[in-house]
Amino acid sequence: MVLESQTTPERDHGHFDDRRMETVMGRLLQVGVLLASFVMVIGGFLYMRAHHGETPNYRVFSSEPLKLRHFGGVAEGIKVGDPAAIIQLAVLLLIATPVARVIFALVAFLIENDKLFVLISSIVLAVLLYGFLRPQ
Amino acid sequence: MPLLTVFFHVDIRYAIGVSLISVIATSSGAAAAYVREGFSSVRIGMFLEVATTLGAILGAFLATVVHTQALAIIFGLVLIYSAVVSWQQRKDAAPEMKGHSRWSDKLELSGSYPGRDGKLVKYEVENIPGGFGLMFVAGTLSGLLGIGSGAVKVLAMDRVMKVPFKVSTTTSNFMIGVTAAASAGIYLHRGLVAPGLAFPVMLGVLSGSLMGARYLVRARTAVLRSVFTVVVLALGVEMIVDGVTKWF
Repeated sequence: MVLESQTTPERDHGHFDDRRMETVMGRLLQVGVLLASFVMVIGGFLYMRAHHGETPNYRVFSSEPLKLRHFGGVAEGIKVGDPAAIIQLAVLLLIATPVARVIFALVAFLIENDKLFVLISSIVLAVLLYGFLRPQ
Repeated sequence: MPLLTVFFHVDIRYAIGVSLISVIATSSGAAAAYVREGFSSVRIGMFLEVATTLGAILGAFLATVVHTQALAIIFGLVLIYSAVVSWQQRKDAAPEMKGHSRWSDKLELSGSYPGRDGKLVKYEVENIPGGFGLMFVAGTLSGLLGIGSGAVKVLAMDRVMKVPFKVSTTTSNFMIGVTAAASAGIYLHRGLVAPGLAFPVMLGVLSGSLMGARYLVRARTAVLRSVFTVVVLALGVEMIVDGVTKWF
């Protein structure tokens, strides 16, 4: 925090908003991680209660059930209180935090009217969304 | 992730999916602390993320065609490489510039950070195509193996692009999360993130990184570095041996 007040005036020339952007970004990531952990603790607790005493087998590979691979399926599962779906929601929240960071940077560059970096951030966002939304 | 495969004998495909989650958790979890130090460059990060995210998507697709034993061997090699990189002390000295790089200014990648005496240290980046290409490789490795590939990112920024140490460390931490998110979506679609594994790993990583940040200040870094290098080297060798023996 002390560093911040020292650096802000020096950064005033050029990209004056970058410093502020990074501080808000850090907070954003923190909130995302805390939220994801909170959901994860609930999901994990319920999961352990449901699968109490079983020995899981991860040595042999079998894909996760289809319903957990899609947003719709996860939403359905949460409605009926499926612990695995709640954990999956936490995972989605966690993955969403860096995506939110890119969206935030895009908006910040729009405000700064930096066309080159609006373009660059859009490309990164497009690649991220492709990975998420492309049906397998 | 090697911990999961070597000690708990988890199938490498599960381990990759869960490892990606832990990479994002580490990156986002540490971000707040790094932001307070505040020398990262959003612009360098975002620019290079174009390369790492594209690479990550490619890596995630390659993962379906590459033999699991081959994955283990590649992973072992990357581990050994990381051990070597982390062993070499990184110098905090300002890198010397070889002439003026035109593209650094054009792409707005030049910047400055406050030095020890409070004066601004200006920097610009060199060899942008080289760094960009290496970042693509880093992204591919990340998507293929579910790792942050911080060692390759450090190589690209420190050695190739001559980004100052203070800026590259924090910037690479930010980039790791975004890179992992690019391939995590694909792994999720394939059903490779097992809830029973994701939950203990994620909570473990988060609490670990919180504790780590607190104790790192007091810990003796030289000892830490030695322990870390030995562990990582051993894991690397073990992964390669395991991969080779199971393959033939």
